[in-house]
Amino acid sequence: MRWGVITFPGSNDDEQTAFVLERLLGETVVRLWHKDANVDGLDCVVLPGGFSYGDYLRCGAVARFSPIMGAVKAFAERGGIVLGICNGFQILCEAGLLPGALIRNRELDFLCRRAHVRVEDADTIFTNRCRRGDVLDLPVKHGEGCYVADEATLRSLEAGRQVVLRYTDAEGRVTPEANPNGSLGAIAGIRNARGNVFGLMPHPEHACEWIVGGEDGRKIFLSIVASGTLAAETPVPPVSSKVLSGP
Amino acid sequence: MRITVETALQHGLSADEYARIEATLGRAPTLEELGVFSVMWSEHCSYKSSRAYLRGLPTTGPRVLQGPGENAGAIDVGDGLAVVFKIESHNHPSFVEPFQGAATGVGGILRDIFTMGARPIANLNSLRFGSIDHPRTPFLLRGVVAGIGHYGNCIGVPTVGGEVSFDPGYDHNILVNAFTLGVVKADRIFRARATGVGNPVMYVGSRTGRDGIHGASLLASAEFDAESESKRPTVQVGDPFTEKLLLEACLELMSPALSHHLVAIQDMGAAGLTSSSTEMASRGGTGIDLDLSRVPLREVGVTPYEILLSESQERMLLVVHQGSEDAVRAVFEKWDLEAAVIGTVTDTQRLRCTFEGKVVVDLPIAPLTDDAPVYERPAVEPQSAEDGAKLDLRELPEPSDYNQTLLELVGSPNLCSREWVYRQYDSYVGGGSIVRPGSDAAVVRLPGTDKAVAMTVDCNSRLCLVDPYVGTISAVAEAARNLAASGAEPIGVTNCLNFGSPEKPEVMWQFQQAVAGLRDACVAFGTPVISGNVSFYNETEGRSIPPTPVIGMVGLLEDASQHVTQWFKSEGDAVVLLGRNREELGSSEYLAVAHHQVRGGVPWMDLEIERRLIRAVVSAAREGLLRSAHDVAEGGLAVALAECCISSETSAPLGARIEVEGGFRPDALLFGESHARMIVSVRRRHLTRLREIARRDDVPISVIGEVRGQRLEIGDLVGLDVGTLRECWRQGLTKALAGSADA
Amino acid sequence: MGWLARVYVTPKVGVLDPQGKAVQHSLHALGYPEVGDVRIGKYLEVRLADVSRESAEVRVREMCERLLANRVIEDFRFDVDAEPAS
Repeated sequence: MRWGVITFPGSNDDEQTAFVLERLLGETVVRLWHKDANVDGLDCVVLPGGFSYGDYLRCGAVARFSPIMGAVKAFAERGGIVLGICNGFQILCEAGLLPGALIRNRELDFLCRRAHVRVEDADTIFTNRCRRGDVLDLPVKHGEGCYVADEATLRSLEAGRQVVLRYTDAEGRVTPEANPNGSLGAIAGIRNARGNVFGLMPHPEHACEWIVGGEDGRKIFLSIVASGTLAAETPVPPVSSKVLSGP
Repeated sequence: MRITVETALQHGLSADEYARIEATLGRAPTLEELGVFSVMWSEHCSYKSSRAYLRGLPTTGPRVLQGPGENAGAIDVGDGLAVVFKIESHNHPSFVEPFQGAATGVGGILRDIFTMGARPIANLNSLRFGSIDHPRTPFLLRGVVAGIGHYGNCIGVPTVGGEVSFDPGYDHNILVNAFTLGVVKADRIFRARATGVGNPVMYVGSRTGRDGIHGASLLASAEFDAESESKRPTVQVGDPFTEKLLLEACLELMSPALSHHLVAIQDMGAAGLTSSSTEMASRGGTGIDLDLSRVPLREVGVTPYEILLSESQERMLLVVHQGSEDAVRAVFEKWDLEAAVIGTVTDTQRLRCTFEGKVVVDLPIAPLTDDAPVYERPAVEPQSAEDGAKLDLRELPEPSDYNQTLLELVGSPNLCSREWVYRQYDSYVGGGSIVRPGSDAAVVRLPGTDKAVAMTVDCNSRLCLVDPYVGTISAVAEAARNLAASGAEPIGVTNCLNFGSPEKPEVMWQFQQAVAGLRDACVAFGTPVISGNVSFYNETEGRSIPPTPVIGMVGLLEDASQHVTQWFKSEGDAVVLLGRNREELGSSEYLAVAHHQVRGGVPWMDLEIERRLIRAVVSAAREGLLRSAHDVAEGGLAVALAECCISSETSAPLGARIEVEGGFRPDALLFGESHARMIVSVRRRHLTRLREIARRDDVPISVIGEVRGQRLEIGDLVGLDVGTLRECWRQGLTKALAGSADA
Repeated sequence: MGWLARVYVTPKVGVLDPQGKAVQHSLHALGYPEVGDVRIGKYLEVRLADVSRESAEVRVREMCERLLANRVIEDFRFDVDAEPAS
């Protein structure tokens, strides 16, 4: 698979995302500058975490007008796979590629901690290496991660199984304490109706090595790899479902 | 405008200094020239009160690639890499406007690192506030933490460690010391020496406004009084997004493909354009001509005086090769930043500035830098020093309930969990954080290698007040222990010396003692001092802060996977004390919290014993023997044991059964803060090897218990459920802040 | 002739406004129990030149729809007043 990782002015987790894909998973990665005009020849485009345009006006509000976003929109319309992580999720919502919006955390402060998310649907491009109900251990680090949408949209998301990840405790229970930012429905990640665009607030790219805290993030990237592989029989690297602890 | 002595006094210069200026020039200075002198001769820029006393610090060593004298120091870590690090203060601005003061403090230290060509990979900070009950403290704490988070998170450098303490001595003078460490290829360190007559001088970054005019001379070099509030307009406002662009643009220019365009680079920090141009010329032995009309401005009508003194943030000054201007401009334009040629390097050894064709500054460089005043201010030991007499324990009543006392300590503002603080910091960005906030030291990978660096910032100001010499040695020792407990060998030191007014002989005595302690300790540990900062005038209405020499220490792990963390790992592991308990309670947290007393001298210190302890612990870590390691510091043995049981964020708390050593008064044993002690846990089968190492290094060793169950039991003195301990510890800060009016 | 557009962007009714809530509590704590709901929005000043008033109003509305307000969660209103060109 050929992956494109976009760097907007202010993107911070682009480097780590590229590192994970290229060095840890052996994928082909193209670094995209926000002023590039096209995303030709790519299978998946990633909008990484960070503070694009310093979060000026609203998170992602300015980045959504970057020149490359025209190409990203067309790519998504053609069925290309688009992954938005944290600020990337915010940009996708501002751009209208995903419904709803991300607003200030309920507790108002920036929050960086481990979170647990439950896989609500394993029948997606992004979670097919998981089982429904699996709990993933992923870090969150954001100030504007509270997902909101109007009643009709929320109902439609749930009915359409577009909620892919939900905040829970380590045992998979949805509780107020387990919700780091007050997201409605404890929503941590959603896909579009067509299923090729996915946005999530937690950071899978920071959970791909035990030495920095855990490996559950690999499952999301490997799921995309599995989907992107042309032949069904092509072997896919095994997923380590155990979080290896240190010495 | 006619310049008189009065004008000079308003600028923070003394009458003597003004006379010296007139004598040097052979005439009265222009207003702009007076401004230049006032900032270059300010305490913050000239170190006029400290230079004489700072001589004698160990600043060289086999690993030192750059000592003090440039924007930061650099230490070789092998694999062709060097680490560049420094700590700096931003105390006065943070008291006036905590959010922006702290934010711009972070911005400033980051620039000092990347101006050397190093990509910043870790931030730490040392924060000191007044008593938690002081009405202003919650406002200041919230603002400072939010400001540090705002800047560090946005620019994408992880904040991975630090310390926060509360003491009435800082009620009116908080301390915000920011540390940054970056990585660079050892043969690609950039310096700030303006060389090459005729080379263009270029200005890059944000446009210049009126921010912080007189920040260096007035805020950093003057104590507060009732009118301090009126200084609010001069506090600088930071823009971390612009600095992120600046960081990327500068590193791109410094990359192998483009760096041949660049001769020298320095950030514009305190005293902005004035200090950066003057210092670069001074280091290069050259002069600089500047056309101030070419400086990009943010507002209309900014005067040449304001242009010279502005402390607008996120700006750098470059010297480039002739013919490279367009190439350099192209790099900055890609990142949407201004880049303008504003001057030239000359051979005049003078700073010459014009504005709209008129000469406003024509000064020799030497008097502004190397020949700036140096004062050997009197240093006199105070008569009525803090009671240094050893505490007679018989005068002190024992607690009736040790469980209660331990819970009280563990939940007290200076000992409780700092999670409330560090969860506002992104400690993941960069992907290299192996040990995040919450253990003895932060550990971050060195990219492209198997190695890691460990970092810590430490100071116990209570000890420094009682005995500045031993107190400073203790700070260095504590830092070294924190690094060793993480498995790292200490390799270098930076320091931020925060003191009151140098015009007071007792403060100069404290300073002199602290520097002597820093020197002796760094020699003993083999850790050269490669950078640092002095912050004087931390006092209000005549009352100084306690002497606060904050130590930033860096250690190296040859194998990142051998890092060690603070908390117990599994039932059945042996709990081992390395070092000896002594019966002393002087200046302890327990004495302050449980008995509301600050006295009793400082704990006994022996540098040689500390050094051997470090050696033993690092050896043991390298052999993979340590399941956990934690140094014993504030709060003493019982608090350290409690932390080992409860401080893990990812695993459930573990209990321990600990035997008490006989022959000690129980509270002295549990809460005394004797130095040179480490609590480690090891698998039983490794005890023999650990004993061998301890014997080799002549370090006392005793197995004091084992990890077991869900209670912390210490003799029959303490028996507490670890869940209860943990809750109390975790809620400490949140509870203390809940009482404040600020929502 | 120049124009000054004053734009007010506010959270939609029904959208969570935790900042507004926090400010309400602070005001209560400071001794203003009479304060009810507090909503926090944004105020922007946008200066325009070389267009007619009609055109200014149409274009400012577009600016709000496209960038200045996120229509999923925010409402907006604005005034346009003449400003002597400087």
